[in-house]
Amino acid sequence: MYTEIRLAGFGGQGIGLAGVLLGRAAALYGGLEAVMTQAYGPEARGGASSANLVLADEPIDYPFVQQPDILVAMSQEAYTKFRPTAKPEALVLIDTELVTPFAEDVVQAIPATRLAEGMGRRIVANVIMVGFFTRQTGFLAREAVEQAVRESLRPKLVPLNLKALAIGYEYE
Amino acid sequence: MHGDEACAEGAIAAGCRFFAGYPITPSTEIAERFAQRMPELGGVFIQMEDELASIAAVLGASAAGARAMTATSGPGLSLMLENLGLGVMLELPCVIVDIQRGAPSTGLPTMVGQADVMQARWGSHGNYSIIAYAPWSPQEAFDLTVLCFNMADRFRTPVVLLGDEVIGHMMERVVIPPAEQLPRWERKRPTTPPPTAGPYRAFEPDPDDLVPPLPHAGEGYRVHFTGLTHDERGYPDMSGEAHHVLVTRLNEKIDRHVEEITRLEDYGLEDARIVVVSFGCTARSARRAVREARARGIPVGLLRLVSLWPFPEAVLRELAQRVDTFIVAEMNLGQVRLEVERCSGRPAVGVHHAGGEMIHPEQILQAILRSAGR
Repeated sequence: MYTEIRLAGFGGQGIGLAGVLLGRAAALYGGLEAVMTQAYGPEARGGASSANLVLADEPIDYPFVQQPDILVAMSQEAYTKFRPTAKPEALVLIDTELVTPFAEDVVQAIPATRLAEGMGRRIVANVIMVGFFTRQTGFLAREAVEQAVRESLRPKLVPLNLKALAIGYEYE
Repeated sequence: MHGDEACAEGAIAAGCRFFAGYPITPSTEIAERFAQRMPELGGVFIQMEDELASIAAVLGASAAGARAMTATSGPGLSLMLENLGLGVMLELPCVIVDIQRGAPSTGLPTMVGQADVMQARWGSHGNYSIIAYAPWSPQEAFDLTVLCFNMADRFRTPVVLLGDEVIGHMMERVVIPPAEQLPRWERKRPTTPPPTAGPYRAFEPDPDDLVPPLPHAGEGYRVHFTGLTHDERGYPDMSGEAHHVLVTRLNEKIDRHVEEITRLEDYGLEDARIVVVSFGCTARSARRAVREARARGIPVGLLRLVSLWPFPEAVLRELAQRVDTFIVAEMNLGQVRLEVERCSGRPAVGVHHAGGEMIHPEQILQAILRSAGR
């Protein structure tokens, strides 16, 4: 197994945290090797942001994502920019209400931001997407991702984010 | 954990409780981590007015007995070099971290480089020896920072951790062992009480390893520290003879212990006819290329320079006896290649890039294939 993943959106959506959660779930609780690199614009919010993960069952040499096997797009800009960099057959996950995919593209869609707004906390859209990712890809145990949430966030934020994770995981 | 964070945690685990620095990309996260952690641990974090002052403060803290560190990038290292030489001359243990970025000058602040290899070796004026290590993962950023402190105290000298932006900013699993499992080599300290009359001879070398014991400020020893050429008491001695004795010893205390200082990792060297030499982040690409070439039946191995200085001359000479070709992959235009050529006595194949982006495994693989006549 050698899987390249790019998570992309705009600054402020928690793209980096989404990558950290998946990377920690894989490297600390999932028995995999994981490397994450990040790219972001100079803006604190609103600029392009991406988190790039390589997950493998052997040591990872070259740390960068070159041609993603999985693309998670949480903004139209990110989708339009990065869809051509991903493999044609890549698994593509999008936020339905923020991204209109190319006509021929097969995507898995979840209205993550609207679901988060339904929870009263738009900020957890990223964790809803992490839950959706976990279910759609199947190579990380749900418990591993839950553990990463518990270890990565301040205790008082954990219940909210576990709920967001569940909403994404259980979305049909 | 980021490589930068792992470096800071390595320093803290090694007992470093004094950090003075001036933040600079891509090393800023090290200062940031220290700023968070030192108040919790009762240590000192000082953001100084510049890099000159940063390393001066580190030397002062070291003289007072602290394990002390600063972290910077190429432009900051340029500013620290004068006092790095002072640290060498005063024989004050300390760790200087350089997270390399694209250079020269302001270069590429947020992008990777590996072109400070010779700056780390020869940057300060004069003829001195230095110890430097180059991590290739966040785990090694932790482990080698611990080693840097141990080597600094062991040889009573500044030690450089030569990281790079890729390692500094990438996240990977880091295992931090319990404190009691980390090796700790203490400074050699005076075994006699302060003399009742006259100064303590703080520069009188131990004949076994040429490293003088170091008394700490405030312990009652009268000592004299100067960047001027000095005798064993530390008093200025403006003679060619004293200068030759001192400078030779400063070099020899390191050069005589190359084997003890050297850290190398080899992959597939036992049957190799082609050897790729690399270090830091580029060695990750090199290992991928070597794995792919070996899968195609090419007898190629990787020699990873975990320690860059002192250069492992004897290892290269020995390898040159049984190897056809050396390939050196580095993100500069040939700084380590020249060393490999010097030691092996033959031209080496260079895979070079001036910096800004990592050398891709494919570029190194192509060089291997060409060298193998494929």
